[in-house]
Parts: sequence; structure tokens; C-alpha cells
Amino acid sequence: MVSEKDVSYVADLAHLELTAEERVRMLKDLNSILGFIERLNELDTSKVEPMAQVASRYSTKKDGDAFGYAMRADELRPSLPHQEAMQNAPQTDGTFFKVPKVIER
Amino acid sequence: MTALETMTVESTRTAILEKQTTASALVDAFYKKIEANDPAIGAYLTLCKDRAHRQAERIDSLADRGDALPPLAGVPIAIKDVLTTKGVRTTAGSKILDNFIAPYTATAVARLEDAGTIVLGKTNCDEFAMGSSNENSGFHPVKNPRDLSRVPGGSSGGSAAVVAAGTAVASLGSDTGGSIRQPGAFCGVVGLKPTYGRVSRYGLIAFASSLDHVGPFGKTVNDVALILQHMAGRDPMDSSSADLPISDYASHIGEPITGLRIGIPKEYFGEGLDPEVRAAVETGIQELAKAGCEIVDISLPHTEYAIPTYYLIATAEASSNLARFDGVRYGLRERGAKTLAEMYRKTRDAGFGTEVKRRIMLGTYALSAGYYDAYYLKAQKVRSLLARDFDEAFAKVDAIVTPTTPTPAFKLGEKADDPLAMYLADIYTVTANLVGVPGITVPCGKSREGLPIGLQILGKHFDEVTVLKTAHVVEHALAASTA
Repeated sequence: MVSEKDVSYVADLAHLELTAEERVRMLKDLNSILGFIERLNELDTSKVEPMAQVASRYSTKKDGDAFGYAMRADELRPSLPHQEAMQNAPQTDGTFFKVPKVIER
Repeated sequence: MTALETMTVESTRTAILEKQTTASALVDAFYKKIEANDPAIGAYLTLCKDRAHRQAERIDSLADRGDALPPLAGVPIAIKDVLTTKGVRTTAGSKILDNFIAPYTATAVARLEDAGTIVLGKTNCDEFAMGSSNENSGFHPVKNPRDLSRVPGGSSGGSAAVVAAGTAVASLGSDTGGSIRQPGAFCGVVGLKPTYGRVSRYGLIAFASSLDHVGPFGKTVNDVALILQHMAGRDPMDSSSADLPISDYASHIGEPITGLRIGIPKEYFGEGLDPEVRAAVETGIQELAKAGCEIVDISLPHTEYAIPTYYLIATAEASSNLARFDGVRYGLRERGAKTLAEMYRKTRDAGFGTEVKRRIMLGTYALSAGYYDAYYLKAQKVRSLLARDFDEAFAKVDAIVTPTTPTPAFKLGEKADDPLAMYLADIYTVTANLVGVPGITVPCGKSREGLPIGLQILGKHFDEVTVLKTAHVVEHALAASTA
């Protein structure tokens, strides 16, 4: 069971504030969803390998370097121009992104 | 020129090639229709008229000079707003990206534009593709063009609706747990989720990277084959895109499927399946038998664990992917915060909707110290069991046929307050994402109320050809029976 304290802790980790009403709703929903998820414990997975992604299951190459092609030569190539990278910034001095104070005194 | 709502990719390119119309005239006609019909449906978030007209003029000047036209010349399409389009607002259906102008174009979109298609606009969707009804859009819900009191499905509801309403010839969606196939079924159109790795995800705003897929919607199986053809393949910008050959998909449509072994998994026909959906899908299966397929009863024993597995893996990946929305580099920033941490919290609180926050919370919890093994790692292990189910099934059969959804389209608001009930709308579609196999939904009849019903065909990794051929047989038989 998730507690109110857990909701606060997880919201903090996720950089969410959540209103009082949202916290009540979140507590109820998380417990309901986690209750549903509990059924995974019916399965014995002690001898099963975890699967993080699917590509290894269809790989046609058997030399252990099936994704060698995913690597490229370590060479310089053009990247997104500075000005374009900054064009969506909420606040900038033209060179850098500006944010509120990071270190409190 | 034929009515816009009956135009297919095939008929549009023929009309352009034979100079029955021009790309510019077609674009104007579609925008007129969008302005007349879309306000009641709400499928478009942004129209990109300048981009569309520029592309149409390019096609028309090629045609005027008598130059060879690209293969999909002049075909007007719509793009789910989770795919970036350079210089055009791209929101992912979220207020947090309300004013985001993408600095680059997604590979799938760029390839289709190179092939001559014209992007009319960006379609509405559940926020960050999280939802099964389109009611989680940060802007407004989409309504089902077949019945405006019902949802179009989600999360690619806008892209399914524009094809059903004839306000685009075809469209692109994304599918993380059924988000192409479920709305395709609800709106009575064809929707394809290709194999994981078949289509580049570069420029797809990430929800759950190991489950996200880009795929097409069309009125016909042939149309989705043509769209897939021109966007599939290795892309150096997506290291998970596979370096495997692409078939000429459309050329296989209409080939006989005699002797094909079709698996019918009993777990997909159990409790919770609407009787009318069952009857329609069983009719579709009979058509496949008549076409010479061998129908084989199979079992995918871990099916009931797919939804809980999915909601742990998808939310864990989402909580990490959505960390980037922090008000620093792009998107919304809430004013008035005194510290950086406060700015993050205020921005994310204001920018994200309820379902997105819920999933970030669930995913963060599942990955947090002390719970990682019990939840995230456990789900990854069950994912292996689900993959094994499919390996064993595909040793016996060439394709698997199921209903796409347990019911036809539900009413707006019906499940909006019950996240679990909403999650179960994806019960027949999520496993294909966890396992990475291709899946298509093809219309296979209607309920007594006239609501479309979808039949799903799942195939082996990278065997889109069998999936498309089989879907065409269902489509063709149905057209013959209703003609």
C-alpha cells in the first residue's frame, strides 16, 4: 500500500508539487493500479532473464555484435546550430539558458 | 475528381499522375473540407498551410515540366502531433509544449515528404500519447466521426479520425500499447503498427522508448502498405532502427494466402469480449478459412499479465523520458519561482495533465529504491515470458488473429474517471508492443448500432508482408459481403 508519505516522497523525486486534491486522487489511483499489478507475483520468475528491449529477440546476426551497425565513426559532424537550439528557450541571454538561482544562501 | 472522403493513396496518386487534378487544387479542397467538418470532430491541432502549399507547388511544377513524379506525389496526409515537423508547432497534445516549434523533422515524416506526400497538419492526441480515448488531450477531446457522442480511441485518435472523416487521405500515428490499432478499430479504418525497429523513431517525442512505434493509418490495407514502404528502414539517427531489407509491401497485396497457418489464441476470446465483436471477428476468421488458411487453436498463456507488465514498463520509461520537460530549454516555464527546483515543480505541475502526472508518479515509484526489483525488474521478467509465448506460437503458426478491442467505441466520459477501466481498453494490443511484433487492425463489420469493429492480425518480427496480405483478404471478403 502506498501512503501519503510515499506520495510526497515520489512527487519530490519526480519534481511534481501536486495540489492537496491531486494528492488524494493520486493516493487512491496508485493503490488501485498497484493492487491490479500485484497479480504479477503469481508468476515464478526466479529463473527468467529480464527483457529490457526487443531487438535482441529478432537479431539475425549470431556473432554477438548484432548491433555493430548502430555505431558510427567517431568523427565530427554538424549539430543543431546554436541559435536554433535556443529558439524555444523560455529565457535566454542569447548565449545561455537562464534559470532561477541554483544555490541558496 | 472523386469525392475527397473516398480518395485513397492509390487513387490520389493516379489522379495527380493522370493530371485529373493538381496537388495545389487538392490541398485547397482538403483545407476547405477541414474547415467545414473538423470543428465538430476536433482532430486537427495545427494546420501547416504554408508548408502544404509549398510542397504542392513543388509537385505541380514537376508535373508541368513533365518530370518524373515521386511515388506518393500529391497525397495529402496528417501527422500525429507527437512527431516533429521543422518550423511547425509540435505539442504532443500537451500544454507544456503549447508553443514549441520543432527545430527538425522526424525521419518518418521527412521520408514521406521526400516521397511526395503533403502534410496538411498535426493531429490531436492524448497528452504524450498516454490514453485510450483522446480525452487526455491537453487541448480538447476528439470525437469519433462515425458517432460524435463516442470517443475515437487513443492515443492517435486524431489521426484515425481524419482518415475516417476524409479530412486527410492517410495519416501517421504512434503506437506504444495499441495507440494506432485501437483507434483504427474504433473509427473503422486500417492501422498498422510495424515491427519494433522497422520505422525510425527519430523525431518521435518519446513516451516509452522500448515500446514506441511509428505507423500509418489508411482507408485500405494497400494504402498503409504504400505508406510503410516509403518510411521504413534503417536510419542512422535511431540506433534501434534495424538494418534489414524492406519488401515492396504493396506488391504482395492480393497474393493468395492458401496454406497459411492462422493461430487463434483462446485467451483473446474469453471474459470481457463483447458478443458482437466476437461474432464479427469469427466471421473474419471464417473468411480466412475459406481463402485456404489453416485455422489453428493456440494458447498465449501469459496474456492476462500483459496489462500490469505494460503499465510498469511504460510508466517507468515515461517517468525518465518526461524528466526533460523542466522549463529550461523549451516549452512552458511557470513564472514566479525563486529557486530552480521550485521552477521545475511549478512548470511541471502547470504543464502536465492528470494522466501524465499519474504515470510519472507510478513510473517513478516503480523505479525508486526498494521497489525496483519488486516492480520494474519483475515486469521485465514477465516481458520475457510474454515474448516466449509468442516464440512458441510462431513456431506453429504464421500469423495470429484476435479482436483489436474488447468492445466497439465507448461514450465520451464513460471511462474518464477510472484509469484501470481505461487501461483495459488496450488488453488485446499491448502485448505486441512488449514483444515487438507487427500488428494491424482491419475493419471486419459493424455492431447493431453501426459502430465499426476491428480484427487484429499479428505476425512474426519483420513479417509485415504476411500481416498485410492476410488483412487484405479480410478487407476484400468484407467489401464483397457488404457490396
